Amino acid sequence: MKLNETEIADSYNDVWVLGEIVDGQVHKVTLELLGIARELADKRAVNNSKVVCLLMGSGLKGMETGLFYQSADRVIIVDDESLKFFNDSVYSSVVSRLIKKYKPEILISGATSKGRSLMPLVAVQIETGLTADCTGLDIDKESGLLLQTRPAYGGNIIATIKCENHRPQMSTVRQGVFKAIESDDTRTGELIVENVLEEEKKTRFTVLSEESYGDDSKINLHDANVIVSGGRGVKSAEGFEVIHQLANAVEGAVGATRATIDSGWISYAHQVGQTGLTVQPEVYIACGVSGQIQHLVGMQSSDLIIAINKDPDAPIMQLADVAIVGDLFEVVPEITKLLSN
Amino acid sequence: MPGGQNKMKIVVCVKQVPGTTEVSIDPETKRLKREGVSIEMNPFDTYALEQGILLREKHGGEVIVLSMGPQRAELTIRESIACGADSGILLNGRPLGGSDTYATSYILSQAVKKIGDVDLVICGKQAVDGDTAQVGPGMAAHLNWPQVTYVSRFVESGPKELKLERMHESGSDISLVELPAVLTVLKDVNIPRIPTLKGRLNSRKVDITIWNEIDLGTDPEKIGLGGSPTRVVSTRKPDARDKHTIVLNGNASESARELVKILKSRIEL
Repeated sequence: MKLNETEIADSYNDVWVLGEIVDGQVHKVTLELLGIARELADKRAVNNSKVVCLLMGSGLKGMETGLFYQSADRVIIVDDESLKFFNDSVYSSVVSRLIKKYKPEILISGATSKGRSLMPLVAVQIETGLTADCTGLDIDKESGLLLQTRPAYGGNIIATIKCENHRPQMSTVRQGVFKAIESDDTRTGELIVENVLEEEKKTRFTVLSEESYGDDSKINLHDANVIVSGGRGVKSAEGFEVIHQLANAVEGAVGATRATIDSGWISYAHQVGQTGLTVQPEVYIACGVSGQIQHLVGMQSSDLIIAINKDPDAPIMQLADVAIVGDLFEVVPEITKLLSN
Repeated sequence: MPGGQNKMKIVVCVKQVPGTTEVSIDPETKRLKREGVSIEMNPFDTYALEQGILLREKHGGEVIVLSMGPQRAELTIRESIACGADSGILLNGRPLGGSDTYATSYILSQAVKKIGDVDLVICGKQAVDGDTAQVGPGMAAHLNWPQVTYVSRFVESGPKELKLERMHESGSDISLVELPAVLTVLKDVNIPRIPTLKGRLNSRKVDITIWNEIDLGTDPEKIGLGGSPTRVVSTRKPDARDKHTIVLNGNASESARELVKILKSRIEL
């Protein structure tokens, strides 16, 4: 809600991390967020800011311990059967109620599909601003405000955004940008248990069943340090086999261009680019990818870009840090072989 | 009853975005240059539009296209009508400009209320210029309707409820939502049709309704730059990449050996 300066100074403190559970475990991005939350809270020491992790789900018993190790001063656990599946309606009602109760100054969540579904609901419910998919967070020395940095226009502009008169200041944060701090098993903290209210469980939306990719980490492009991607040059569904083999060798995920998905060679979950995912791995290996702009906007922020292509003049070869001119069906298996030895 | 017996009144939100006509890489920064002189419909919205048309074909009813933007956004609305939408509304007015996602979703939700008896709002997953994915959920919150985001498949559709598949990073789920609701869709849901000649001719004749902030009855405190909780305080170009490209053009095994050396210097393998 919109506030005046006295109201803000008087009642809003603490940096909240909205924790995420995937397959019964705390998601990697939650630990990354605790790392940056610690930095932000320390910079807001004047406000006596604490790092608070809000963890929601079903069967969370004991999970607070690990969060304390990762620098949370306080963990609020909401453990309820109604939170077993991700129900936007139930989750947002609970988060909004707890925000009104505890008044955090800052609330951050991973820019995962869940985070990006839940946070905009919450922001409107409590009438505050939200910045999507941030790649930088800092505290403005003068004003003490959160400086939220994010790419827009396919990564061609970097904007810094403030939320001055509304609280909390809310951001979703891109995975892999911040580093989790080293776990310290001597740390403890305060545990608060909250519940889901009966009226919050009555919704017009129900999740019936859930299917997990499970151990198939080759699909989870956001978690991967290395992505091996195939483009039109892969030629067929069978052609993707060499891409999968290299991905196995580097313990990476498999990406793909729109053309390969439209041809039915691989599923949409793998698509990188404008109508697919935006990724930022440490290493992106583009095999037989020409480099249409719609693909490049989804991966150009990767740390190291490697392109393997027959055509030395393909756009991807200009963007790449390492450009290998050659037939991917000869080069890629060679790389896999060397790495497997 | 909304839209009458079993018929659906569907609002599809579309956004006009800068198009991408050619790709070039800035030799100084090794970043993409987007020579975006053209304008086009946000690619994700084409799937939202097609889904609206498919549902109307199944259940009857109407598809109303809603867009906020400058006068020229009328072109995007006409393009939607050429594809099969029944009518279009452009939200246009100086005080609406500069709205962030909070204000934009408020304005759009006011339009949905003014249209009245709407069963379903369909949006694309996100717009490719702002990349926020926040306006669809924001509308759901302003309307106090359930939302289903990242929809990848329509499993079953009835006039009162929908069974949908959602996709997330680690899997997918099947859910049931009672209408009215707000959906955001991925490109997996359908294959958008191409406008017919008849559609094109029709789209030129249809009157586009234009509503401003007065027509919408929006709270002046909640729209435009002044009504937006967030504010862009600075923009810059992204950091330059290392300009140097290492080109390996020997035989396959030489290139592979060289690359593995580089990889091992960068990551643990």
